[in-house]
Amino acid sequence: MKQKIIYAILIIAIILPVLLLSDFRLSILSKFLVFSIVAISVNLLWGYTGILSLGHGAYFALGGYAMAMYLKLQSQPLPDFMEWSGIETLPWFWKPFQYVPFALVMVVVLPVALALLVGIPLFKSGTKGVYFTIISQAITLIMSILFIGQQGFTGGSNGITGFKGVLGYALGDPTLTKILYGLVVIVLIGIYFISKFMLNTHGGTIIQAIRDRETRLRFLGYKTHTFKVITLATSAAICGIAGALFVPIVGIISPSIMSVLMSTEFVIWVAIGGRATLLGPIVGALTINYAKTIFSESLPEYWWYFYGFLFITATLIIPKGIVGSLLKKKWFKNVLLK
Amino acid sequence: MKNVILTFALLALVFSCKEKKETSNSNEDTIKVGVLHSLSGTMAISETDCKNATILAIEEINAAGGVLGKQIEPIIEDGASDWPTFTEKATKLIDQNKVKSVFGCWTSSSRKAVLPVFESKNNLLFYPVQYEGMEASKNVIYTGAAPNQQILPAVEYMIKAGKKKFFLVGSDYVFPRTANKIIKAKLKLDGYDIVGEEYAPLGHTDFTSIVQKIKSSGADAVLNTINGDSNIGFFKQMKSSGLSSPAVTCMSFSIAEVELKGIGVDIMKDQLTAWNYFMSMKSEANEKFIKAYQAKYGADKVTDDPIEAAYFGVYLWAEAVKKANSFEPADVQKAIGGVSFDAPEGTVSIDPKTNHTIKNFMIGKANEHGQFDIMYQSPVMIKADPFPSIATDKRVIAPGNIQ
Repeated sequence: MKQKIIYAILIIAIILPVLLLSDFRLSILSKFLVFSIVAISVNLLWGYTGILSLGHGAYFALGGYAMAMYLKLQSQPLPDFMEWSGIETLPWFWKPFQYVPFALVMVVVLPVALALLVGIPLFKSGTKGVYFTIISQAITLIMSILFIGQQGFTGGSNGITGFKGVLGYALGDPTLTKILYGLVVIVLIGIYFISKFMLNTHGGTIIQAIRDRETRLRFLGYKTHTFKVITLATSAAICGIAGALFVPIVGIISPSIMSVLMSTEFVIWVAIGGRATLLGPIVGALTINYAKTIFSESLPEYWWYFYGFLFITATLIIPKGIVGSLLKKKWFKNVLLK
Repeated sequence: MKNVILTFALLALVFSCKEKKETSNSNEDTIKVGVLHSLSGTMAISETDCKNATILAIEEINAAGGVLGKQIEPIIEDGASDWPTFTEKATKLIDQNKVKSVFGCWTSSSRKAVLPVFESKNNLLFYPVQYEGMEASKNVIYTGAAPNQQILPAVEYMIKAGKKKFFLVGSDYVFPRTANKIIKAKLKLDGYDIVGEEYAPLGHTDFTSIVQKIKSSGADAVLNTINGDSNIGFFKQMKSSGLSSPAVTCMSFSIAEVELKGIGVDIMKDQLTAWNYFMSMKSEANEKFIKAYQAKYGADKVTDDPIEAAYFGVYLWAEAVKKANSFEPADVQKAIGGVSFDAPEGTVSIDPKTNHTIKNFMIGKANEHGQFDIMYQSPVMIKADPFPSIATDKRVIAPGNIQ
């Protein structure tokens, strides 16, 4: 009975924004939901496996660029930034991106490839803790320098923008905003349940054991690095999907997404929402981004102070995150777990 | 303790929500315009001044009775030096606040990011900064210089000064790369040598190897599109390597009075820069402008080219509104061609063919007072050519370009 009520509330909560919010606010909400997906992917790696990555911006951007390349080729046969960088013909690696299936596959394949490239040598050699974190940051930095430097192929620091439209609708079209919102909600729910399912499998138990005591697990005969690589790749794939959803909603992808600052924000959402809780990342990403929007719109000159203040107070009051603290309360547990 | 912090947090939230309500209360007697600049992040140091100049112009117009009997109400948003944020805030200004025009952006990246928004919603952006050209949207009014109003005449000036071997240095992003592409095309056409081309990442400070390359290349002219603080490292290295005028002359395209102050007057002394406006210009309009600007923001404040362009952009908009007798962006856009204003740099007007400003060109030499001595001033106002034919055989027709 209680379960049904929760589902009913959830469905209303999903439909209500479509009816109540203006198109602009709805697209902002879609963006926040995309960030929730990112937070889930970061949480999978950090919350459950104990590997802190400050470089998830790279995976997000790769998914985003794959999508942006497709959308750009739909708008122009030869992207404008190539023309003004002196490139006359479409480079070979751009060509397949004019086909939807290829682009969609690349949204997942590119981030996963990078994750494997990073993960296999690092985890095999036993890189752990802060060392992995630092390297993950460095990789994001390298990626962003690479993308800025190759202006003719990537749009440089401008990124890729100026899309004509998606699915036959112009960008910013009210119908498209609603379609994208629906799509994001479906993907978010899908990824939520997939990650929930994964964590309940044997492999899920093992990655949590890695977080708690990796050495012991290794003595038991588990090849922990394989599990770590797989988790990193999964996390990267989810992040890439989020990136691909981000592009049609916002209408631009730029190397600023790959920055260390952005990647750190991802981690903050998880920390504030509640590390190692399923709902935490979603709550965290929504709360923080909503606060960010309110602050920056009402106090454009001083909003960073409030934003920073919010982080400090949140970590002081609720070190376990919003959901983490609520889980300690009896009534919340009752509601959530019957 | 926890309760105290909680109360503060709540107060902050309530305070900010209240603020929001106040600004969204629209009045019959006011008309809303957006001001969209980076007020945080790396670009804040430059863009905050542009925002200030825009606000100054708006206040002056309001004090003089407003436009068409209405007071102008600026809605300020922070682009946070992040291009997707610019897109979001531009959409917000147009959709939520229903602004009639927006004054803002600095980097080409941010302009490119908001361009689809302005084109799809048919609103107007007033863009105050010199840029690399290759664009002429009907939804953007360019009050800064196109390449032929800054870069190309400056190269011409260097050629006339007898320079033969050119070295190009720049920060690694779109403006320097595209600007250098145009410069290269021009120099090639005129039969001059480009002995080197180097880029440093934004914020880079170690220029040992680049300056070494300049030295060994035998260049007698350096065209510098390095941005911001990196210039400190660059010019220090140039000085210590003994590369100085007149043997090696350096012409900079991104250093104005504000940057000069930050880089250090002693390092920059005697260096050349090209702009459309200098604070040291002698004119009645300029003196009035500087006086008003310093009265509002402090006597130690300096004005420069983008600040001036941000300032007169508002006046051009007001003139166009009066001419159109309407605030609607579509009407203003039709009316703005040919509109002119006595700006601090001289009488500027909008070319209806390109939406660019017909403006001045000048070369300045840095002196020990943090100002530029004007070495050269164009005898007539120069028309913008955003698509210099030497750089491109075909016109790049972006969606919404004026054909």
